[in-house]
Amino acid sequence: MPMLAFRLATPRVLVDLRRVSGLDRIHIGEQGVELGAKVRWRDIERDTRLAVAQPLLAEAVRHIAHYQIRNRGTVGGSLAHADPAAELPAIALTCEAHIVAVGPRGEREIPAAEFFLAPLVTALEPDELIVAMRLSAWPKARRFSFKELSRRLGDFALAGAAVFFDLDERGCMRALHVGAFGVADKPVRLLETEAALNGMRPEPAAVAEAIKLGTSGLEMRSDIHADADYRRALLETLLTRAFDEAMQRSPS
Amino acid sequence: MTSITPIINGVAVTVEVPDRVTLADTLRDKLRLTGTHVACEHGVCGACTVIVDGLAVRSCLMLAVQADGAAITTVEGLSKNGKLSALQDAFRRHHALQCGFCTSGILTTMHALLLEEPDAGEHRIREVLSGNLCRCTGYIPIVEAVLEARAAYAQAESGA
Repeated sequence: MPMLAFRLATPRVLVDLRRVSGLDRIHIGEQGVELGAKVRWRDIERDTRLAVAQPLLAEAVRHIAHYQIRNRGTVGGSLAHADPAAELPAIALTCEAHIVAVGPRGEREIPAAEFFLAPLVTALEPDELIVAMRLSAWPKARRFSFKELSRRLGDFALAGAAVFFDLDERGCMRALHVGAFGVADKPVRLLETEAALNGMRPEPAAVAEAIKLGTSGLEMRSDIHADADYRRALLETLLTRAFDEAMQRSPS
Repeated sequence: MTSITPIINGVAVTVEVPDRVTLADTLRDKLRLTGTHVACEHGVCGACTVIVDGLAVRSCLMLAVQADGAAITTVEGLSKNGKLSALQDAFRRHHALQCGFCTSGILTTMHALLLEEPDAGEHRIREVLSGNLCRCTGYIPIVEAVLEARAAYAQAESGA
């Protein structure tokens, strides 16, 4: 709707999905979690099962916009809008979610890594509709953290970070995933940081070095609120705090 | 044009609306319910907040056609028989408004919050208030008024 108000989008046809049933379902199974496209932020906030089944998602949703927006904003809407500073696209990318789309050629699952192409641009075809997002199962002992900084509560983040990993019996990180948003023209995975730290113990010096390695290759956004240097420093700080918090948080 | 019939402040109203007119503009221009204010028109300031099917939402981010059949409460629906609601009365006594432009959006938002969470603490109230911009009060008297009004909502909930 803001896109229409700003005259940034002038679609010939607008379709309201209000009367389409079945898209507001939250399914939690052994394979993971499936969120229907019409699931609202409010539904995620109020579903106590999700705090256990997808704690990183639950934490991220608390940062989305304002109360009144969380009462109406949806999973499908956020994915399709693909704002580079939005929380859900970052979670989808970091957690390797799959986006389920339906069109005249049937249904297809698009990996998040192939879904977000540019600011407000996705791999969705003009005649396709998002029906759900699938997240794989979350091990109970998994460590995680979600951090973002915005100038006021509810504003879009100047930068944000999502981190999760498992610890093996030797205290080494496994399945490390590191995501960042608000810093580039789409959410990004810091694959170099992940590669440098996977299988390592989360020692502060090694983490700091790996964070630098991951952020050095990013072409940072620059705007009136934060120039590129500031954003880089901010992201590094948020990532450092995220690793700290993930380590300190006792698994549920 | 599409004919819609929302239930506005308890009364079913049928109105013809162009498909791309917002609920906010319809309330103000068609139905003359000008208590709903329009400022930023892109969902940031909160001035246009109304309650749709129990939830506080931005009426500038909804098209009127999406409100067909919905139960809508605007700021005009908060008082009964010319008597201020407990929340409105608390706002008056705490000087929780100055120019008043943001006030209707804050009242509707806080009304919806307290109906659902009559025990909302100061932190929760401030978090929810972050979706309503007020340039006059500095928010402190607003928070005090809402905290005080909680008792009336808790009483209503317990059926007393």
